[in-house]
Amino acid sequence: MSDTSPAIELRGISKAFGPVQANKDISIRVMPGTIHGIIGENGAGKSTLMSILYGFYKADAGEVFINGRKTEIPDSQAAISAGIGMVFQHFKLVETFTVLENVILGAEEGRLLRPSLARARKVLAELAVEYELNVDPDARIDQIGVGMQQRVEILKALYRQADILILDEPTGVLTPPEADHLFRILDNLRAEGKTIILITHKLREIMDITDTVSVMRRGEMTATVKTAETTPEELAELMVGRKVLLRVDKAPATPGKMVLEVKNLRVRDDQRVERVKGVDLNLRAGEILGIAGVAGNGQSELLEVLGGMRPATGTVTLNGTTLKLEGRGSDGQSRRAAGIAHVPEDRQREGLIMEFHAWENVAFGYHHDPAFCRGPLMVNAALVRDTEAKMEKFDVRPPDPALAAKNFSGGNQQKIVVAREIERNPDLLLVGQPTRGVDIGAIEFIHKQIVALRDQGAAVLLVSVELDEILALSDRIAVMFDGRLMGERLPDQTDERELGLLMAGVSGAAA
Amino acid sequence: MMDLMTLIPVLDSTIRLSTPLLLACLAGLFSERAGVFDIGLEGKMLMAAFFSAAIASVTGSVWLGLLAGIASSMVLAGLHGLASITFRGNQLISGVAINFLAAGITVLIAQHWFHQGGRTPSLIGAGRFSPIELPLAGPLSGVPVLGPVYSDLLSGHSVLVYIAFLAVPATWWVLYRTRFGLRLRAVGENPAAVDTSGVSVVGMRYAAVAICGLLCGIAGAYLATALQAGFVKDMTAGRGFIALAALIFAKWRPWHAMWACLLFGFLQAVALRYQNIDIGGVVIPVQVMDALPYILTVVILAGFVGKAIPPRAGGEPYVKER
Repeated sequence: MSDTSPAIELRGISKAFGPVQANKDISIRVMPGTIHGIIGENGAGKSTLMSILYGFYKADAGEVFINGRKTEIPDSQAAISAGIGMVFQHFKLVETFTVLENVILGAEEGRLLRPSLARARKVLAELAVEYELNVDPDARIDQIGVGMQQRVEILKALYRQADILILDEPTGVLTPPEADHLFRILDNLRAEGKTIILITHKLREIMDITDTVSVMRRGEMTATVKTAETTPEELAELMVGRKVLLRVDKAPATPGKMVLEVKNLRVRDDQRVERVKGVDLNLRAGEILGIAGVAGNGQSELLEVLGGMRPATGTVTLNGTTLKLEGRGSDGQSRRAAGIAHVPEDRQREGLIMEFHAWENVAFGYHHDPAFCRGPLMVNAALVRDTEAKMEKFDVRPPDPALAAKNFSGGNQQKIVVAREIERNPDLLLVGQPTRGVDIGAIEFIHKQIVALRDQGAAVLLVSVELDEILALSDRIAVMFDGRLMGERLPDQTDERELGLLMAGVSGAAA
Repeated sequence: MMDLMTLIPVLDSTIRLSTPLLLACLAGLFSERAGVFDIGLEGKMLMAAFFSAAIASVTGSVWLGLLAGIASSMVLAGLHGLASITFRGNQLISGVAINFLAAGITVLIAQHWFHQGGRTPSLIGAGRFSPIELPLAGPLSGVPVLGPVYSDLLSGHSVLVYIAFLAVPATWWVLYRTRFGLRLRAVGENPAAVDTSGVSVVGMRYAAVAICGLLCGIAGAYLATALQAGFVKDMTAGRGFIALAALIFAKWRPWHAMWACLLFGFLQAVALRYQNIDIGGVVIPVQVMDALPYILTVVILAGFVGKAIPPRAGGEPYVKER
């Protein structure tokens, strides 16, 4: 085997799910000892391609060569034997098991557990020293954070002696310091001669760590370039197929009267655990307050309370009127009547009913509007016309009101939700993760709409785990950690590092 | 209060009545720990009860009867596996179907074969499991307290009773000390983790369902060839469902399952022995006593006894996500 044979070579891989061609005649060469990035929008086929390489799906056509040798990968077992390890976007861990049990699962030696566990304990201790991969082997998965869980996934692959490591959107769930740590680990692995494939939609990560980058668009591989010889702008254009504005163009805010005042808000979740622990915040007309934070620090609960989806204690005042936080009059319908619109975090579960037509989804929450009703009956034709108009304005594709919500792409689903909420000209817009799972082109559009609403004088409360988005849109930024706000920053007077520390609960950072 | 001499017979029948519950409960434990819900325990027991009694009656050998019972139960288990694992159907509906199938087909075949109104002839001699005398049971019976406990309570049961109670530590050991057990528990919690580790989810689940069929088969055979002497219509009388309640009560853990089954068995034993209890002039009718185990089942299934968290992937067919 010569030095120049690639660690992985794919030739002519194709894969269709029903009528959807997820991968079209894809060829790629990944050299050993490098970090090779694969970038593309959601639905471009990156994950499908890697799942084929890991034996999770079977390709319709094409060949796989590992270290220059043609290799059949009919199942995950074959991929593992070929030295491939994969860290999925959604971790494949057994939550009720310990770290050690997860590591040996499927790679046990012999029928009894005791010797396998003892050996794994030793190997894990060695790997911890070698790659900065420290994890308590006896901790249960559901008791450690996502950063740790990801390390367990990497350890699983290394324990199976993987030489080729595939990571699918590894930083989506991490704080910036955790992401930095992950990149140090990847650096160490590269230094040891491991080959790494990094799948991401974040241009910055590609520029920071990869040696080579391949771009995918709509199931096809559009380019492979040396990272050092390209720019984020060029990559974005390759991903989307046209020029994209990476920053949001917006004028400085002109805050008006006070719209929202929140005092000592406390929220318990369904397990009666306190998730919001006394939050105070103010929001004026014509400004965007961004709430940054790692998922699970109380931001979701905060949005749900304001949107009328969850009871709470404390005081919330909207345009001088106190809102009820419990019992009758605290539901979503009352909130809408009061002038609050809500783009919920999880559009598929809270924003839309996936089986329903687009026009029905556009009607939700506003179906009592006299404009669309005659007595107790809805006037469907009026709703359909209204939906057609909104679809045109928001460039929803395809512009078919009778199509079920599930048949739109993620970006177009989100446009339907945003159109429904923004077009009501609310005094206060609540937006949770507006661009999660949305392609770059749609992100640009949705961001513009949010800024436009602000410029019309609405107050916007934005919750996002994407720091880039928070920095680009917000007029003020608050960081939420463990149910409390860690203080406010102005976007032009802070940076990712400082926000990252606040997100990790380090409050002393230049307070 | 009750003295030892009145307590021992009650506890003795507690053990007898707990045995089928325990076997069925452990059967359910294997299946549900692997993520396959099984409300067809009842049907599998009933099927096994009939075929064990029928074959024992025809051949005169209880061991052949036991084998036939196990085989019939495993056929139904395979059917449940086919519906819920291979074809990814609804596990509850498949279970209900198996219960209906067993209830009907046992009586139908019994009538066709034996013409005794849907029952099998009474089993005699080698057609039944007979009690086993534990060593030294006779000489030790004179020892105070421990003697009667050993010779009257622990000794003198059929071999299936001892198998059932030995199955408890065996199940614990398999689940927590072997590779098979680790994978079995994993497949009920997160089958995708098992799949990506290169282990067949389908294979693991079929193995679990097969063990479930085996244990249900023994439970059914015990009913017809040890506890009773032959098959009668619907003789399981809801024991499969009581075993499910015990399984939830035990939160899917083997030792707890044993205690839960003993509790249900005890209630049944008390109901059998004290038909009309007189408490301070108020007579509790026999129907109330007979209903007690079932009432407790309802109470437990309604979730009054703490929060039982089932295996996370339970009831869901495994489909690779897109």
